[in-house]
Amino acid sequence: MKRIISILLENEFGALSRVVGLFAQRGYNIDTLTVAPTDDGTLSRLTLTTQGDDKMAEQIVKQLHKLIDTLKVVDLTVGPHIERELLLVKVKATDSDVRTELKNCVEIFRGHIIDVTPSTYTVQLAGDSDKLDAFIEAVAHMGIMEVVRSGVLGISRGDKFIRV
Amino acid sequence: MELLSGGDILIRALRDVGVKHIWGYPGGAALHIYDAIYRQEDVVHLLVRHEQAAVHAADGFSRATGEVGTALVTSGPGATNAITGIATAYMDSIPLVVISGQVPSNKIGQDAFQETDMVGVSRPIVKHSFLVTKPEDIAATIAKAYYIARTGRPGPVVVDIPKDVTGPNYKVPYEFPSEVKMRSYQPSDKGHRGQIKRAVKALLDAKRPVIYTGGGIVIDNAAEHLIAVARKLNYPVTNTLMGLGGYPGTDRQFIGMLGMHGTFEANTAMHHADVIFAVGARFDDRVTNELEKFCPLATIIHVDIDPTSVSKNIVADIPIVGTCTSVLKEVLSFIEESDKAPDSEAINQWWQQIDEWRAKHGIYTASRYEPSGGDLIKPQDVIKTLYKVTKGEAIVTSDVGQHQMFAAQYYLFDKPRRWINSGGLGTMGFGLPAAMGAKLAFPDTDVACVTGEGSIQMCIQELSACSQHNLPVKIINLNNAALGMVRQWQDMQYNGRYSQSVYEESLPDFVALAEAYGHVGIKVTKFDELEEKMRECFAMKDRLVFMDIHVDRSEHVYPMHMPGGSMRDLWLSKTERT
Repeated sequence: MKRIISILLENEFGALSRVVGLFAQRGYNIDTLTVAPTDDGTLSRLTLTTQGDDKMAEQIVKQLHKLIDTLKVVDLTVGPHIERELLLVKVKATDSDVRTELKNCVEIFRGHIIDVTPSTYTVQLAGDSDKLDAFIEAVAHMGIMEVVRSGVLGISRGDKFIRV
Repeated sequence: MELLSGGDILIRALRDVGVKHIWGYPGGAALHIYDAIYRQEDVVHLLVRHEQAAVHAADGFSRATGEVGTALVTSGPGATNAITGIATAYMDSIPLVVISGQVPSNKIGQDAFQETDMVGVSRPIVKHSFLVTKPEDIAATIAKAYYIARTGRPGPVVVDIPKDVTGPNYKVPYEFPSEVKMRSYQPSDKGHRGQIKRAVKALLDAKRPVIYTGGGIVIDNAAEHLIAVARKLNYPVTNTLMGLGGYPGTDRQFIGMLGMHGTFEANTAMHHADVIFAVGARFDDRVTNELEKFCPLATIIHVDIDPTSVSKNIVADIPIVGTCTSVLKEVLSFIEESDKAPDSEAINQWWQQIDEWRAKHGIYTASRYEPSGGDLIKPQDVIKTLYKVTKGEAIVTSDVGQHQMFAAQYYLFDKPRRWINSGGLGTMGFGLPAAMGAKLAFPDTDVACVTGEGSIQMCIQELSACSQHNLPVKIINLNNAALGMVRQWQDMQYNGRYSQSVYEESLPDFVALAEAYGHVGIKVTKFDELEEKMRECFAMKDRLVFMDIHVDRSEHVYPMHMPGGSMRDLWLSKTERT
């Protein structure tokens, strides 16, 4: 099953490469990865998604925790959580039928058109990964020129939070 | 406050963290550091002949003493040559700090002369690594590096320092941190009390228990606590290759090493056990054989400092994360407090069974190989003679191959830190430099490097370093004129096709070679000369003696696990199997 793993790590030289290297070294796949400093600039929050059963997920969490730079490691998928991903997609939109259909689609999915040229529309859409997949499928026949996805961000629902 | 250059700060910080010896090899990017070494006398540098040996020597020193070993190398090839040594230490959880020079900061990334991304290259084989970017950070980084190396599950730490950071022109105040605090690194110590109670209950309920311990007992200096628990329970104890000496090898309760070349009684007892008390061991594939067939009846109690080792290969029924010492102490006190005692009737029956196994196929109770005589010297008899001549009190290092297994089987280690070998990585070339490290630490103890004509040639250049630093180790070369373990596998699985495992007539005259380096060489080809010549060898306290002993070329190591089998599925000789 898909796992969303959240890591709080020291914002230091080499910290990210250690996390990424661990996955390669231990034979786990990373499906998505996103990382940025937090409100505390000395810390980075990293979210990655991978596939694995319970035993594998437990081992991944333990291995990540063993890295000297990591402060917290949480498998968000074990509890209620919210998942978001951002999609930017550039679609060929030369004829007016396509432009109308695309605008409808964007509205249905609650996205935004963020850039327009005579021949293209660029769409921004946020949601869980399944929603983004569905949108891509819906507009595929119009002629997708480029797809950029941010990778999954996750946060747990309710009172739980990850902080040092 | 005194102002010092980065190079001086580094050496001062090493002194203040307790380092007395550095093994290393100079080169361009490390020259400011070497100049700082020249200016002082607190920290002694020992020059090796290849950087791999510097790290192995620091490693041998650490294994013999329990202290953190230190190696210093230059950038590029110096750093990459150190890699095998670092990986060796990593696999066996040995605390080391390896300091590497790096090209100047403004050249990093330019493909500069002798530039290698050392932090990147070493990343998968270090506990942690640092790139120091300014002299002000050196002292704190060194303090952290040693703290990380020796605490928790120990391991090697790399500190990569660009040349400009150690340069003489920029001086900063020196201050060594009084303590190390890292919010992201707080190794656990005590095991969970509730889990320990559960473990004690399972132990006291056991009818066919085995205590299975590994290198963790040695690393954590927990031997006395293991002995106390084992004696209290009167349960059989088996050690992994890395754990030998953690429990006395001559003790009645010791049933030998387990695993691929472990004893019949240890492997068979494991297979039939109802409770396995694993302490500081990691269920390595060389121990378990086929995981699906591993110990089908056993409740597994697993004590380890490293949570990732627990339930990695074998799922633990009662996992306990903590140091061997703290957990064993608690186990003992819970046993003492308990109103329950071990089931003595069941345990007696269990011992009866184990003693039967011992008598039937044990390697100590009956000779498992044809006797030596005339020109035929069995490698096992060389180890037995070594044991006799050194009264079992030598520090024995080994390389990797058949000689390593014979040493592990036939030299009975009664104390920890006397058996020093590369168990996890299996590094040929480890033995001689490791012996140098041990000899430096214990100049009055006999240090024997049990090796083969294959392994010894991988770091033989260190015979020169032994001359320079007066390290009179004894080299026990089991010369069978072939890569013995490779040949054994080729015999067993490749129908005797000896692909690249023989040297034909190319082997050097080891006696002449030893003499060329200023040492003593002794060749032994007759069994009746073996003991006498070995006594001569060890009588020369101040000389390095290279004993080139020509042993049976066809011998195999037995017992040996059958691939894909359970622990009890063993070859007992070339013709017998369980």
